Amino acid sequence: MAVQALTKDYVGEVKDAADRFHGMQLLYIGWDDHLMFCAPLAFLFPPAMRFGDICQQVLPGAFGYHPDFAKVDFAKATWLKSGQPFVPDMNKTLGEMGLRHKDVLRLQTPGLTGIAGSAS
Amino acid sequence: MDMQAKKKLGLKEKYAHMTRGLGWETTYQPMDKVFPYDKFEGIKIHDWEKWEDPFRLTMDAYWKYQAEKERKLYAILDAFAQNNGHLGVTDARYLNAIKLFISGVSPLEYMAHRGFAHVGRQMRGVGPRVACQMQSLDELRHVQTQIHTVSNYNKFYNGMHQFRHQHDRMWYLSVPKSFFDDAFTAGPFEYMIAIGFSFEYVLTNLLFVPFMSGAAYNGDMATVTFGFSAQSDEARHMTLGLECIKFMLEQDPDNLPIVQRWIDKWAWRGIRVLTLVAMMMDYMLPKRVMSWREAWEIYFEQNGTALFNDLARYGIKMPDCVAQAIADKDHISHQAWATFYQYGAATAFHTWMPTDEEMDWLSAKYPNSFDQYYRPRFTHWREEAEKGNRFYNKTLPMLCQTCQIPMLFTEPGDPTKICYRESDYNGEKYHFCSDHCKHIFDHEPEKYVQSWLPVHQIYQGSCFPEGTDPTVEGFDPLKAVLDWYKVDFGRDNLDFEGSEDQKNFAAWRGMATKNA
Repeated sequence: MAVQALTKDYVGEVKDAADRFHGMQLLYIGWDDHLMFCAPLAFLFPPAMRFGDICQQVLPGAFGYHPDFAKVDFAKATWLKSGQPFVPDMNKTLGEMGLRHKDVLRLQTPGLTGIAGSAS
Repeated sequence: MDMQAKKKLGLKEKYAHMTRGLGWETTYQPMDKVFPYDKFEGIKIHDWEKWEDPFRLTMDAYWKYQAEKERKLYAILDAFAQNNGHLGVTDARYLNAIKLFISGVSPLEYMAHRGFAHVGRQMRGVGPRVACQMQSLDELRHVQTQIHTVSNYNKFYNGMHQFRHQHDRMWYLSVPKSFFDDAFTAGPFEYMIAIGFSFEYVLTNLLFVPFMSGAAYNGDMATVTFGFSAQSDEARHMTLGLECIKFMLEQDPDNLPIVQRWIDKWAWRGIRVLTLVAMMMDYMLPKRVMSWREAWEIYFEQNGTALFNDLARYGIKMPDCVAQAIADKDHISHQAWATFYQYGAATAFHTWMPTDEEMDWLSAKYPNSFDQYYRPRFTHWREEAEKGNRFYNKTLPMLCQTCQIPMLFTEPGDPTKICYRESDYNGEKYHFCSDHCKHIFDHEPEKYVQSWLPVHQIYQGSCFPEGTDPTVEGFDPLKAVLDWYKVDFGRDNLDFEGSEDQKNFAAWRGMATKNA
């Protein structure tokens, strides 16, 4: 039973189904060891968005306030998707890489450990 | 003809007539149709007469007591208004705690009023119905007295004017709102555990004591007064919650696992909401009462343990989530304040960085965490703000599907890493801040797939004023969302430093204490 309800076979309305985002999809991106950004960020992208464009054009606006961001080398950065290693192709789109609505990525930049090494 | 004067009823008889005497077994319709909600949760009740109503009040006595309390409260509020009591608070930063209270907590009192009215209607036993009716009226009184009290501040300061409108819309207010909506849409027994037991009994000291003693410490006599006026009601509410849990457990052994699951769930739901209180205690009170960590240790670790020892004879165990909450006590207030500080353009209250003296207090109260993890961040932010580069995070945060708090909590045991948890359900992904929020979802996914998550709603386009066209050139989504929230940009939000509240308070207090 997926819910304790008055009526049998109660089904809830999926509030965040992919078709409610006008053709776009949610992608969450967190930057490990940089808790100055209190939580992973939520982005809305078209499936045809190139991953390289996200790194080069979107993330600077989102994470650029951090003094470590200028030191990020995306050629060396590693990524996790749902906690598992993930190797993105900068020239491919989200759709081509199979990134689905509400997937979550973690950007890892070894050697960069936040303000005064505090993971901030 | 002689009139036979009847002896007046004694209190006990009157109580019996006016409560139990008002119930009957229905005959036109079966009882299960008249009371359709009190069985579907699986709770088995064999004898409703065993319910002891802890209030033992009849309606006429109730009105008399409450009227007396109201007279006292409003006499003090009148005096407060006439004497410019608002200028007696320690520092205008304090008012931001009041803004959080009126928009985050007072509307919950109203929901509690509705919830207890609903539960009172749905339980077939007369004892709980009468008790729930009284509590429902108490809660209505609480929301009214709070609104009347805070209106004395609303006349002078920003950020309180749309508390009700914002409660249903504002991103951070979805946290307390969804807590109550979750309880309200459950069955009557789960509601009683959620509100009557977990919230009123286990956690209320952590909500009301810090707010009320915080108010007293910071010269806010108005809030102290409504706090006192509510206190004797709260004592009754706590008794009702405990009575309900004991009643369920005594009625049938099959009730135990259901009740235990509800306690586990609602302890965690409550603990997550209390993150806001933790932040208020450690950062928003200019004069601190005690740290969140100390309050948690006294009111939960000590008092809560005694309560669970008492319930052990029924087979109830301390919820598993408590171990994580104990580990988290060194972190959540700092993590929450960091969140509000960076999203301070989208709040209806002001935020700021603590002074050096306040940071030293935080170091002393949090020797295991503050200097290592939070002081460097806060010092950096303060220095940047002084350079005119105050941090405002302009990208929306990812939220937990269950508690709706931004995913700001760290891994148990590693305060340098965000805690990520997820579930797949019917082909959709759902994300959580903790194992406990994930378990709550996994048990009843059909409920939580419906979460109205503010960030996702903004992206769906549901949070702009009517008639907004997001396709026009130069459309500013943040501005449109703030318009929809009815946040007055530059007055209600942004840093405390330089705010209108700060300037007005200083000017008015100056007029009261100095020659012009």
